[in-house]
Amino acid sequence: MSRRRAPVRPSHSKSPKTAPAAKAATAGAAARPALLTLLVRHAHGGLYSLGQLARAPLSTLMTAAVIGIALAMPTGLHLLLGNARQLTAGWDASAHVSVYLKQGVGAEDAEHTAQTVRGRNDVAQVRYLSPDDALAEFRRLSGFGDALSALDQNPLPGVLVVRPAATNGTPGDIDALVQALRKLPGVEAAQLDVQWVKRLYAIMEIGRRGVLVLASLLSLAVLLIVGNTIRLAIQNGRDEIEIMKLIGGTDAFIRRPFLYTGIWLGVMGSGIAWALVNLSLWALEGPVSRLAGLYGSGFRLTGLDLSAAAAVLAVGTLLGLSGAGIAVGRHLRAVEPA
Amino acid sequence: MIRFDAVCKSYRGGFEALRGVSFHLAAGEIAFLTGHSGAGKSTLLKLVALIERSTRGQVLIDGQNLSRVSRRQVPYVRRKIGMVFQDHRLLHDRTVFDNVALPLVIAGYRHREIGRRVRAALDKVSLLSKERLYPVTLSGGEQQRVGIARAVVHKPLLLLADEPTGNLDPDLSWEIMGLFGQFNRFGVTVLVATHDVDLIRRMGERVLVLSHGELAGDTR
Repeated sequence: MSRRRAPVRPSHSKSPKTAPAAKAATAGAAARPALLTLLVRHAHGGLYSLGQLARAPLSTLMTAAVIGIALAMPTGLHLLLGNARQLTAGWDASAHVSVYLKQGVGAEDAEHTAQTVRGRNDVAQVRYLSPDDALAEFRRLSGFGDALSALDQNPLPGVLVVRPAATNGTPGDIDALVQALRKLPGVEAAQLDVQWVKRLYAIMEIGRRGVLVLASLLSLAVLLIVGNTIRLAIQNGRDEIEIMKLIGGTDAFIRRPFLYTGIWLGVMGSGIAWALVNLSLWALEGPVSRLAGLYGSGFRLTGLDLSAAAAVLAVGTLLGLSGAGIAVGRHLRAVEPA
Repeated sequence: MIRFDAVCKSYRGGFEALRGVSFHLAAGEIAFLTGHSGAGKSTLLKLVALIERSTRGQVLIDGQNLSRVSRRQVPYVRRKIGMVFQDHRLLHDRTVFDNVALPLVIAGYRHREIGRRVRAALDKVSLLSKERLYPVTLSGGEQQRVGIARAVVHKPLLLLADEPTGNLDPDLSWEIMGLFGQFNRFGVTVLVATHDVDLIRRMGERVLVLSHGELAGDTR
């Protein structure tokens, strides 16, 4: 360490020719703890690559914007799907199961069955419609009132209108409930009124898969974009890389700024994606709440929460780093001084 | 410091750049390597700097057999060596200071230490006043002196120079060679490849002559 501190000019006096004035240089790294050295090197690599990116702001911005758009598309669609699921979850809770009682089941038996159903914890509410009530409702809603008057007896059975508990939102749970209700004594049939909710779920499952496929494809695109950017940077920096290698730069030292370039591009792309998604949501928010208002619903679009934003950042950073890593692995080794 | 033991280097296609070259350059010695162009001067230096590997024979640097140096160890061997090139090989997007500092940055020196050493090296080549300039604004001789400062800033054991005066006029060439002599007096082993026979004669130091890949003369 003391030798390391020796001035560059060891002595003006004639030192013997064999004096190893430079022996200290072979000792290797400087007198600094290894971890601190590593940290300083990472800071150096990170800042240097940031500086390089800032030197060409337009091309940096364009690359980051392409990454941002690629990340924003699946993020936005995922968000819309989440909103749709939230919306249909509401509908699902309002989906009623109609339990048709057998003809001839009296009001007392019906009330007994209703009590049994109420006892289930996957049921929120049970309402009994007697044949007379059912007829009255049918008369009111169907518009066939006059035709019904022509019948000499009421053809409608008693009905239990069962509302599933809100916690049991998935179609599978409701199916199980319907099966159970069918097996109750005095029950003719049980039917989930809203078959279309199931269909909607199926459609949304397709949407979810679609977003997954799209996200995979666009992630690949981000990898290629970053990889290509880094490949070009390596080609442009060929001379510099050769010089670094000639004066003893390790592969890790030379690799580091390129990897950080990938990370920065990923981070900037994530930021742009976040902004784009929020901008789109803001544009959609007005019309959506107006539509919801027309349906008498207080529905509001949910935006990117903190954890989702963090996920976008993490994915973007990781993709940037991986893209850079692939490019560096493929192209840096080929640059050797000659 | 440098020992060549029956070293042969042939390139793909069969061209033999070096044929059975053996010599020894002791620590603290200075020698000039000369010969017609294509005689193998550059190849010999490249073998020392691990830019090329010998096909047969052994090259030892500071007692280390270069044929046993793995790819990962190459940078650490090169840190023992300072290299000066005919075309300077400076980074044109960095200042003189940053260029000279590069070997120290790579080796992980402290910031303050870097400043001290870089200024000392620039002082030695009389370019202290130009540390903030970019290489393009300097003359050819000045650029070469920056290259030399970069080569010695980390106090290498061995200084290699490949045609360092190739593009300079005789006065500047003499000045540059004087610098090499000066570093040698400080104890650095120096090997300079040049075809400038007049200059070598004036220096009056050991001369290795290569001819068609063979060592044709050694004035020691």
